Amino acid sequence: MGGKQDPTANGSPKSESMGAKKASPDLLNSSFSFKSLKLKTKQQELLLRVSILGLVYVLAFIARLFSVLRYESMIHEFDPYFNYRTTLYLTEKGFYEFWNWFDSESWYPLGRIIGGTLYPGLMVTAALIYWTLRFLRFFVHIREVCVLTAPFFASNTTIVAYFFGKEIWDTGAGLVAAALIAICPGYISRSVAGSYDNEAVAIFALLLTFYLFVKAVKTGSLSWALGSAFGYFYMVSAWGGYVFIINLVPLYVLVLLITGRYSMRLYVAYNCMYILGMLLAMQIRFVGFQHVQSGEHMGAMGVFLLMQVFYFLDWVKYQLNDTKLFQTFLRITVTSAILVGGIALGVGTASGYISPWTGRFYSLLDPTYAKDHIPIIASVSEHQPTAWSSFMFDYHILLFLFPAGLYFCFKRLSDATIFIVMYGLTSLYFAGVMVRLILVATPAVCLISAIAVSATVKNLTSLLRTKQKVPQTGSTKGVGSSKSSSKVTLDQSQPFQKNGAIALLVGVFYLLSRYAIHCTWVTSEAYSSPSIVLAARGAHGNRIIFDDYREAYYWLRQNTPTDAKVMSWWDYGYQITAMGNRTVIVDNNTWNNTHIATVGRAMSSYEDEAYDIMRSLDVNYVLVVFGGVTGYSSDDINKFLWMVRIGGGVYPVIKEPDYLVNGEFRVDKGASPKMLNCLMYKLCYYRFGELVTEYGKPTGYDRARGVEIGNKDIKLEHLEEAYTTSNWIVRIYRVKPPTNRL
Amino acid sequence: MMNLSRSVALISLFLLPLLSFSFSVDNPTDRRVLVLLDDLSLKSSHSIFFSTLKSRGFDLDFKLADDSKLALQRYGQYLYDGLIVFAPSTERFGGSLDSKSIADFVDSGRDLILSADTSASDLIRGIALECGVDFDEDSSAMVIDHSSFSVSDGDHTLIAADDLVKSDAILGKTKIEAPVLFRGVAHSLNPTNNLVLKVLSASPSAYSANPSSKLSSPPQLTGSAISLVSVMQARNNARVVISGSLQLFSDRLFRSGVQKAGSPNKYEKSGNEQFATELSKWVFHERGHLKAGSLVHHRVGETDEPAIYRIKDDLEFSVEILEWSGKSWEPYVADDVQVQFYMMSPYVLKTLSTDKKGMFHTSFKVPDVYGVFQFKVEYGKLGYTTLSLSKQIPVRPYRHNEYERFIPTAYPYYGACFTTMAGFFVFSFVYLYHK
Repeated sequence: MGGKQDPTANGSPKSESMGAKKASPDLLNSSFSFKSLKLKTKQQELLLRVSILGLVYVLAFIARLFSVLRYESMIHEFDPYFNYRTTLYLTEKGFYEFWNWFDSESWYPLGRIIGGTLYPGLMVTAALIYWTLRFLRFFVHIREVCVLTAPFFASNTTIVAYFFGKEIWDTGAGLVAAALIAICPGYISRSVAGSYDNEAVAIFALLLTFYLFVKAVKTGSLSWALGSAFGYFYMVSAWGGYVFIINLVPLYVLVLLITGRYSMRLYVAYNCMYILGMLLAMQIRFVGFQHVQSGEHMGAMGVFLLMQVFYFLDWVKYQLNDTKLFQTFLRITVTSAILVGGIALGVGTASGYISPWTGRFYSLLDPTYAKDHIPIIASVSEHQPTAWSSFMFDYHILLFLFPAGLYFCFKRLSDATIFIVMYGLTSLYFAGVMVRLILVATPAVCLISAIAVSATVKNLTSLLRTKQKVPQTGSTKGVGSSKSSSKVTLDQSQPFQKNGAIALLVGVFYLLSRYAIHCTWVTSEAYSSPSIVLAARGAHGNRIIFDDYREAYYWLRQNTPTDAKVMSWWDYGYQITAMGNRTVIVDNNTWNNTHIATVGRAMSSYEDEAYDIMRSLDVNYVLVVFGGVTGYSSDDINKFLWMVRIGGGVYPVIKEPDYLVNGEFRVDKGASPKMLNCLMYKLCYYRFGELVTEYGKPTGYDRARGVEIGNKDIKLEHLEEAYTTSNWIVRIYRVKPPTNRL
Repeated sequence: MMNLSRSVALISLFLLPLLSFSFSVDNPTDRRVLVLLDDLSLKSSHSIFFSTLKSRGFDLDFKLADDSKLALQRYGQYLYDGLIVFAPSTERFGGSLDSKSIADFVDSGRDLILSADTSASDLIRGIALECGVDFDEDSSAMVIDHSSFSVSDGDHTLIAADDLVKSDAILGKTKIEAPVLFRGVAHSLNPTNNLVLKVLSASPSAYSANPSSKLSSPPQLTGSAISLVSVMQARNNARVVISGSLQLFSDRLFRSGVQKAGSPNKYEKSGNEQFATELSKWVFHERGHLKAGSLVHHRVGETDEPAIYRIKDDLEFSVEILEWSGKSWEPYVADDVQVQFYMMSPYVLKTLSTDKKGMFHTSFKVPDVYGVFQFKVEYGKLGYTTLSLSKQIPVRPYRHNEYERFIPTAYPYYGACFTTMAGFFVFSFVYLYHK
């Protein structure tokens, strides 16, 4: 619960440190006699800053340990299981085996080239940490490393946030930004201990790249640009979200060009970052030549070329002193450059050399695109458009501080603030399109809000201090704030200024403390659930744990032949391969839509049709997730319409209206006959008709949907029940061989 | 000793699905057969058939079909390897026997000869139905043929049938010259069942009706849709013979001469004996029984089986197939055994060549597609045991260092790369120091 206190505690020393920071340059100039005193202040300031940062660093780490305390040290959710499995492989077999790994256990019978279809950054990072710890004689299990990778990188992100804040505003803003981002729920949701996913390291890489790039633009130094390119490389290796960087940075450069802020610094920073970053990114197999071949990356290349044209024009302008001549030249060059670029793009796209934008990219720009065209993207819950409540939930007061921060940024416009404004606005738009992109917007929101907090608090404290300092001039601090005091003395006429400032300060600290409380509550209640172990409150307020998933996966591991093939909806693919160690037909890497549609078709067909499909895929076991007994709502019946849609997208024999009654999805007596007899319904509700789930309700009462099921007498012909977990959440069926005499 | 027997049991358990042959893997013919009769007089009236079986080494156990001590298995072990049901009129078996236990008997890989007759009981019809054969529903109906009956009797229900299945495996190499005499009930095959086939079909002019009453409506079963004797080979290679006539196996028809109506050929002896004997050889696995060793594959030039292939690897594949001759395992010789390299559909389909010593082999190149493939041998030749073998093998793409390192067409690019580097070096040198 340390999280509750810290940010507010940070608040007060921060304002002091700001004052001190302000003080130092003036001191340097004015007083020689107070040399010892001056050093002392600087040291004090440094000490405070370092200790605050240290506390924030620790805080960011421990706030993410709720999940370990509540449950156990385990990997969460779906994708992290794949990451864990690959990391395990990497640490056991080494890098080259990992790089060339052909996985025959997933996507049977197609298989998957793991090395060429993943972002290896996360796995390599975890493996390096693991090997380092081993080298230092800390004999930890790789799972512990994986579980704690996300909190560790969240801590590192706070440091980057501090430097970034310092770069765009001042140290105070940096410290506030570090504190805000350390506990911001929007970030915590993806970086609690155990959520071993790409985003865990990617946010760190993203912020680092941006910070280094802003630094490079500010200094015009090759080395910072080089650093930024390497940051970009790390980001590319870690997460597909790198596309955001490669589009935001050129956009930023373009804006600077248009607003007439073009400079040599920008030229050096962008060119170096783009060229080196691109070459480095090509080393990642999954990305390959996309930087020169994919439509999503063409913006960056266009801006790169534009930059050269700009530079060239600059040089020509310098050579030609005749403005009129230059104007003509400019017109010709710009027209021909645009023409050539347009023709190149057109030819490239038409010939297929430049691939068009992918569906995911379209769905980012147009939120309704996926719904109409790509059901497989629309079916994922984290790809849904964001509700207002989740903005409130994830940002809390930052949502109000963000516009204030924007105001401050516009007030003091520089290359750096333009960048953060653009980052904030674009990412916030994307956050509105997809729930999971709240994560990308979080650093920007924290940074801009930090500017608001820091600038407000600074102004208010300086107000307070000048009033105090008027009678007691001569003290170091008085001298330090002389600049601001001179400003304030101008509007000294306003009454109750001091009281008002105090009230506002109290208000700010109150808000910040509410923020801290909210963050802690959200982290402990909402974002620390591993989703593989479910918890519920019993009738007497006691905690009930449903560990059915692992029960089922271990059953598969212990009781089925090693080459058995398990068919399930793709959500559970990674978990089955990682925990059950069995071959799956489809998994969460949804690279082959047809294969998923085949499974969707099998699930939504009648049993005998499904049997033929299963035979053709050599399926031995079918696994379904069913929440009718426990009231667990994200089960396969509730996902079923997506199976129908995805299956129907490839196989038109599956039609969604067949499963609906008057446009309504039901499982009770009023359900459509196709629904009542499809494989998924049969497998979920097999033997369920005999069961009393709730007191006072008829048998076969589905608690997840609150209805009595419509088909209680289910007979299976080609499948037989193999295993059902203790709470019926996971049900496994064996596919029988064909009958002997028929 | 205990250990040994257990391990033997284990091994045989292990081999069971592979060879689909449960009793003696090495010697499938020396077996015990239970004969169920509804009248012990059948023992003498069909003595030739039984004695040929005995002379071939079968241990026949005659029981009345309603014997109250009837049991096919004791303590979970089957007491018999084959079953002959010559009890068409039995309504209920004695003891623990019923149609389900007979179906289970077949499903355990054991063989059955079932003979119905006119007015066959529902029990017998039920068993036949389990094996994909539908007897004519009219219990008094018989097969009548006004053109291919036996002249000797003048009765149009004594059919002289010569439409035999063309399979050396089922009916032996010696051609059955004389027509087979048949008097009994017609049956048809379940069209959805592709395991059952006609061995003796009726002529196109045959139909199934009650001979003693006038035909009031067109007969249900007519022409060559009528099967007189059918065989079924289950997926586990258990074999079943279903005959519509019990008389077909009788001494009387074995001995009687035959002349088909409208045919000048007159035979001293009907084809019944040869037909019944050859058919019994097939059904009790004295012929047409194949056994395959495991599928062996390796890269060309290697001997060990790899765990994974790479695309475009050259590989050699072989499988040993032996045929049971009745006494010993002989190499199977055929030129139509094929292997598939299969992933959802066959990518490679090759006919195996044989060295006449039972080894079938071929070699091919792994296709340029990665995935989890299977070597599949699906050999289902008429009359022979179905061989259905498959072995899974993943095929991976090239490793990062298996691609060609220097491609001639790329030399301009290499050249450009190095000249740029050299040019940059020279330029820097000139720029920095030339003033």
